[in-house]
Amino acid sequence: MSDQSPPAGATAVNPLYDPRVRGFVYQALLVATIAFLGWQAIANALANMRARNIPTNFDFWTKTSGFDINFTLIKYSAVSTYGDAFWVGLLNTLMVAAIGIVLATLLGFIVGVARLSPNWIVAKLALVYVESIRNVPLLLQLLFWYNAVLKPLPGVRDSVVIPGLFGNPFAYLNNRGLVLPEPRVGQGFWLVQLALLLGVLLAVGFALWARRAQRETGDIKPVWTVGVALVIGLPTLAYFALGEPLTLDYPVLRGFNFSGGLRVLPETVALIVGLTIYTASFIAEIVRSGIQSVAKGQSEAAAALGLRAGPMLRLVVIPQAMRVITPPLTNQFLNLTKNSSLAVFIGYPDLVQIFAGTVLNQTGAAVQVIAITMAVYLAISLVTSLAMGVYNRRFTLRER
Amino acid sequence: MRRLILAAAASAACALFGASSFAGTLDQVKQRGVVACGSNTGLPGFGIPDDKGSWTGLDVDFCRAVAAAVFNDPTKVRFVPLTAKDRFTALQSGEIDILARNGTWTQSREADLGLLFAAVNYYDGQGFLVRKKLNVKSALELNGASICVQQGTTTELNLADFFRSHNMKYEGVVFAAVDEVIKAYDTSRCDAFTTDVSQLYGERIKLVNPDEHVVLPEIISKEPLGPAVRQGDDQWFNIVKWTHFAMINAEELGVAKANVDDKLKSEDPGVRRLLGVEGDFGKGMGLTKDWAYRIVKHVGNYGEAFERNVGEGSRLKIKRGLNALWNNGGIQYAAPIR
Repeated sequence: MSDQSPPAGATAVNPLYDPRVRGFVYQALLVATIAFLGWQAIANALANMRARNIPTNFDFWTKTSGFDINFTLIKYSAVSTYGDAFWVGLLNTLMVAAIGIVLATLLGFIVGVARLSPNWIVAKLALVYVESIRNVPLLLQLLFWYNAVLKPLPGVRDSVVIPGLFGNPFAYLNNRGLVLPEPRVGQGFWLVQLALLLGVLLAVGFALWARRAQRETGDIKPVWTVGVALVIGLPTLAYFALGEPLTLDYPVLRGFNFSGGLRVLPETVALIVGLTIYTASFIAEIVRSGIQSVAKGQSEAAAALGLRAGPMLRLVVIPQAMRVITPPLTNQFLNLTKNSSLAVFIGYPDLVQIFAGTVLNQTGAAVQVIAITMAVYLAISLVTSLAMGVYNRRFTLRER
Repeated sequence: MRRLILAAAASAACALFGASSFAGTLDQVKQRGVVACGSNTGLPGFGIPDDKGSWTGLDVDFCRAVAAAVFNDPTKVRFVPLTAKDRFTALQSGEIDILARNGTWTQSREADLGLLFAAVNYYDGQGFLVRKKLNVKSALELNGASICVQQGTTTELNLADFFRSHNMKYEGVVFAAVDEVIKAYDTSRCDAFTTDVSQLYGERIKLVNPDEHVVLPEIISKEPLGPAVRQGDDQWFNIVKWTHFAMINAEELGVAKANVDDKLKSEDPGVRRLLGVEGDFGKGMGLTKDWAYRIVKHVGNYGEAFERNVGEGSRLKIKRGLNALWNNGGIQYAAPIR
């Protein structure tokens, strides 16, 4: 290499002074430093763990767990493995997150629209809801729902009886939860399910046909009436035609508790209610700002075309508001999912409670368990973001 | 430059994962000036801060005894309150030097968790607490009950075993913090509360109406409770183990807090060795020869600690039972100091 560069021609600059080369070298150095730090940290941790005889492998995954979980979506008992316990926890987390997201979105949209209502009382009620709920820490709210609302319910023997159609007891509400009759599937029930599927398909088909008919002739068909009739009517017909192949297993008070029936635990209810109400207050504000971001001229133009308030909101304002709403809405979905880990404090068996709690403690594999737990939340969040990104693309402003 | 990065990296890694050397706990303790003791978050009789904020209890006194042996000052202890769920991680990571938190000595905790249990300072077993008005006379009548239990304990596992082996069903309601467990039981979320019997008596005091609750007669497990240390430091393990043995031997030899100074003049060779009048038994553990004298002088012997915290001198009024000395009907036994 020569230090003398020819006076003419920018290509022959000494690499030492080439900003591109320098930039590359600096970045490579930075990456190397970070990688080295990371490697050092991991190596140090592993060395320390080995020195203290703490397991550094994942052998615990297939070992028998030996503990029970009071709420599981899949088959699980004390003879299942720690790996099974992980899946139980993950599914419990996903269930709460999914239900919470749906309910929070519904409630959030209603409150967000109510905030802009011309009705003074409705608008102010929505304002009070948003300002009071979003300014109180979620953990306090969860403890409130669990300890102040659900626990004071009467004991098992003094359950509140919810009567059924013919006056006989249908369900029971007490401080152990809500006990419902459990549906037992009889012979030929799959035909009812098939009828339901058929009904849904027919309803969708009718809606598509009605839309095209409206575009071509301008006639508005009764999409909702026909749709509901198909979705509910067909399976009902099939159900009675087959001789009611579904029986209800009624809960019976036996000893300490109800046996038979389905139980919704107070922990589950408290967590879902708390997460929904808290997150909905944020979603409401996002919806309000999204709607307000749509220029007033749009609704004025819609009104000039003769659209009433309902269709105006549904066909003109909301679609345009969605592109403002979706990105921050994604954040709220992620928040709700991550906040569900506060379940630990009210005894709901979610991923953190079961896996990062009991499994970690019983196996002592703290580093592995926490790493897996973090990876799971990361994966859930990335998948949610990805799905919302796809959805968002449909509403992005198409510039022509 | 490279050396600088290396040094920076090394120090950052150390900061991330604690000291990389694990031996020499005694040196670290001396340097720090206090023993870091993992303690219960608040269990009457075993580890709980009193109304003046100073810690009391059988496990607390154990840590004070270690501090007395090392520093000749039982107040040189920093108590770190830990939940059952977090306790072992805190010990593994070096945040504490001793875990004296009514932990059960089990095989897997030594084989898989990298811990060593140094002694058993309380022989216990698991039981059930129920409301009197339920009219339950035996744990075998608990089929179908909701049972409140603390997370990350042997209790959680024994409970599953007990119901499985008796072919009974139950609903376990699990919380990480014991206060949440008690609250759930007290507000009737559960029919029964299960944990070690000593703890049942301790927690019962915290209930709104302690007299409305009764401990069922069945003991469903063996729970040898004792202080634990990290593996890999035999010297510290010895200090912790012999602190307990010194307290047992002191009781056996009749050496107590009140008479320990008189006993220095004793002719009994056992007493003379214990108090460091004859021989130098502390040296091999890195302590002074009056190490056991310091323990008895500041904290007392095992019997005194027991009576003061959980026995007749306390609100718990637990009988010595298994925890009496071996020559007195119990199984508390210590290797001799010689």
